[in-house]
Amino acid sequence: MVASSDNAFVSFEHVQKSYDGETLVVKDLNLQLAKGEFLTMLGPSGSGKTTCLMMLAGFETATHGEIRLDGQPINQVPPHKRGIGMVFQNYALFPHMTVGENLAFPLEVRGMGKSERETKVKRALDMVQMGAFANRRPAQLSGGQQQRIALARALVFDPKLVLMDEPLGALDKQLREHMQFEIKHLHESLGITVVYVTHDQGEALTMSDRVAVFNDGRIQQLAPPAELYERPDNSFVAGFIGENNKLPGVIEELNGDRAVVCLENGERIHATAVNVRAKGEKTLVSIRPERVEFKPELIPEGSHTIDAEVLEVIYMGDILRTRMKVAGHDEFVLKCRNTIDQVPLSPGQRIRIGWNPLDARALDMI
Amino acid sequence: MSDVASQLTTADGRPLKAALATAQARAKRRAFFLVLPLLAFIVITFAVPIGQMLQRSVYNDGFSQTVPALTQWFEANPKGTVPDEAAYAALASDLNLMKETRMAGDAGTRINYVVSGMRSLFTKSARKAADLEPPYMAALLDIDEDWQDPRVWNAMRTASSPWTLDFYTIAFDRERDADGKLVKVDENQRIYFKLYIKTFVVAAVITAICLLLAFPVAHLLATLPMAKANLLMILVLLPFWTSLLVRTTSWIVLLQGQGVINSILVALGIIGDDGRIQMIYNQTGTIIAMVHILLPFMVLPLYSVMRVIPPSYTRAARSLGATSWTTFRRIYLPQTIPGIGAGVLLVFILAVGYYITPALVGGADGQLFSNMVQFHMTKANWSMAAALATMLLVGVLVLYWLYDRLIGIDKLKLG
Repeated sequence: MVASSDNAFVSFEHVQKSYDGETLVVKDLNLQLAKGEFLTMLGPSGSGKTTCLMMLAGFETATHGEIRLDGQPINQVPPHKRGIGMVFQNYALFPHMTVGENLAFPLEVRGMGKSERETKVKRALDMVQMGAFANRRPAQLSGGQQQRIALARALVFDPKLVLMDEPLGALDKQLREHMQFEIKHLHESLGITVVYVTHDQGEALTMSDRVAVFNDGRIQQLAPPAELYERPDNSFVAGFIGENNKLPGVIEELNGDRAVVCLENGERIHATAVNVRAKGEKTLVSIRPERVEFKPELIPEGSHTIDAEVLEVIYMGDILRTRMKVAGHDEFVLKCRNTIDQVPLSPGQRIRIGWNPLDARALDMI
Repeated sequence: MSDVASQLTTADGRPLKAALATAQARAKRRAFFLVLPLLAFIVITFAVPIGQMLQRSVYNDGFSQTVPALTQWFEANPKGTVPDEAAYAALASDLNLMKETRMAGDAGTRINYVVSGMRSLFTKSARKAADLEPPYMAALLDIDEDWQDPRVWNAMRTASSPWTLDFYTIAFDRERDADGKLVKVDENQRIYFKLYIKTFVVAAVITAICLLLAFPVAHLLATLPMAKANLLMILVLLPFWTSLLVRTTSWIVLLQGQGVINSILVALGIIGDDGRIQMIYNQTGTIIAMVHILLPFMVLPLYSVMRVIPPSYTRAARSLGATSWTTFRRIYLPQTIPGIGAGVLLVFILAVGYYITPALVGGADGQLFSNMVQFHMTKANWSMAAALATMLLVGVLVLYWLYDRLIGIDKLKLG
């Protein structure tokens, strides 16, 4: 699935973008997409992800570097000749046209005959289960329905590449989750390549083959969702994706990727070294709340355990979220499943907690 | 459904509808008192004067109030009756009355509107009215032969009632011949209706030029960054803040034969000194000056509509494969229709009724219909001025109705 620069379907090579000639919004972007891949650009607002998408669509020009589509450089190709389907954040359905006319528009400008147009429009509408709405105006549809139409319009002219710019941002939670699956299924059944931009990490993890985490104009990590979540490369990714416990400390021993970290209160813990290089370096140890254990039988033999004081237990239905004071920090969180045989914790209780050293990742200090 | 609703009652058994009405009555009364000052203002300063104007165009008692005897004779004898001795006797007695009340001039003026040159007939005859002896027919014909002209008698018959359509007849360049039939006036006297049509044509030309000039500017305003857009907006609004007279005078300075533009063209050798172009005191001057004055009325509604069209629409169209021209024609332009409609309607209605600019820079052939209204007002021919003004009003209302049918008034967006 992962593409190399030779056989890539879409590739960014040393792409830089500046709007004012003083600051770079995108700094040396290198990215390759394989055909049929679903890649998500994830990042906070202002991280450069939307700019990358706009450069790919042709609405912004790269200040430096080359963008290739199917082997051809497209820097100089105007947007209407790129043949890229795009779904916009606010759907951008033409308000003065019916749903059917909206879908026929890309076929019409390609000079397609009327009967062929009608067949294609009908097929695209059926694909998103909106076959009965061809004669409605966009304003008469709900947000979710408009979303489906926008999707159908971006797909109706059979583009090989489809770009989506936060397409589900305006929908409520339930509908958003439902649409995530529908988009994913369409991607699988049609075999199209999708570049998807979002700031919602849940969306990125659910849908993508690979996720590119953007911050400060750079890709911080490009990896499949599971790797991104379980093995973040740096503190930004660890903090941006999912909930995370961070314990600052100093590297005391470093042996390959195994490290012992001395926390601020003098306690020692085992961790996996990720991007720390030398003894004495400051580090931030990151541990996922669901990987923290407090039952002795679940903690691997020989690993360090550490004192914790329970401060608060929040009942969240499927899980119990326990906030604890660990090594002087009172924002340490432990999540355990709400099962029948779960040992209940109560505020004020003192316990020992531990974890598999593989789950504690010693990252750079930010 | 309504049956069910009428049976619904409140908790204490009152019908729901009655309870709702009393509950809302207070709020409605209060709302009415809030709008009352404006309502009164509009009624006093707008509705009443317009009503009076409409009435004056069909009501003129300049003749009817001075001819009680003739009125009786006209009532007794049907239309087409050749005036007999009794008729001339009535005329003589009324002329006497005119002399006493010094109303001969007014009465003559009223007949003069319909049959020209008749004012002196009345003043002359009234002066000699005291000396008239029976048979009156011969005596009056002795004063002037015109007294047997059937057109004069027809005119007197219609003018003997204060309610009349004479002024509209004149405004449509028609007159009544000796048989009382409506015919067109001589070719060289057809001024009003021709000018009416011309006014609408000139207004349409001005509107079209305004639209062509304003559309790109409004688009630029809507797409520029805020700081630059504000600066440009000030330039657009500058004409608004300058006195109309100052603006018109500066156009005279620029456009006249010895003006700036002509001098530059001569200096550049594009035209000879004897070939200076006449750009003012004619229709060209009217059009140039009025386009300048009315341009903001086109820019502002267009701008307000364009500003809220998200750029994602054009982007979407481009990504779907449309060229920039197709995108403009199929996606952008249709969405600006409310602004175009509002601007066109506004500029056209203002242009149709414009008076001061054509009066100052229009010269002889640049005059518009309003200048004719003004002309009759200075001549104190209120009925004629009212009839012409009513024609303008009706013309505009017809266009408004057409606009509503074609585009829909609910689509109008003024900003």
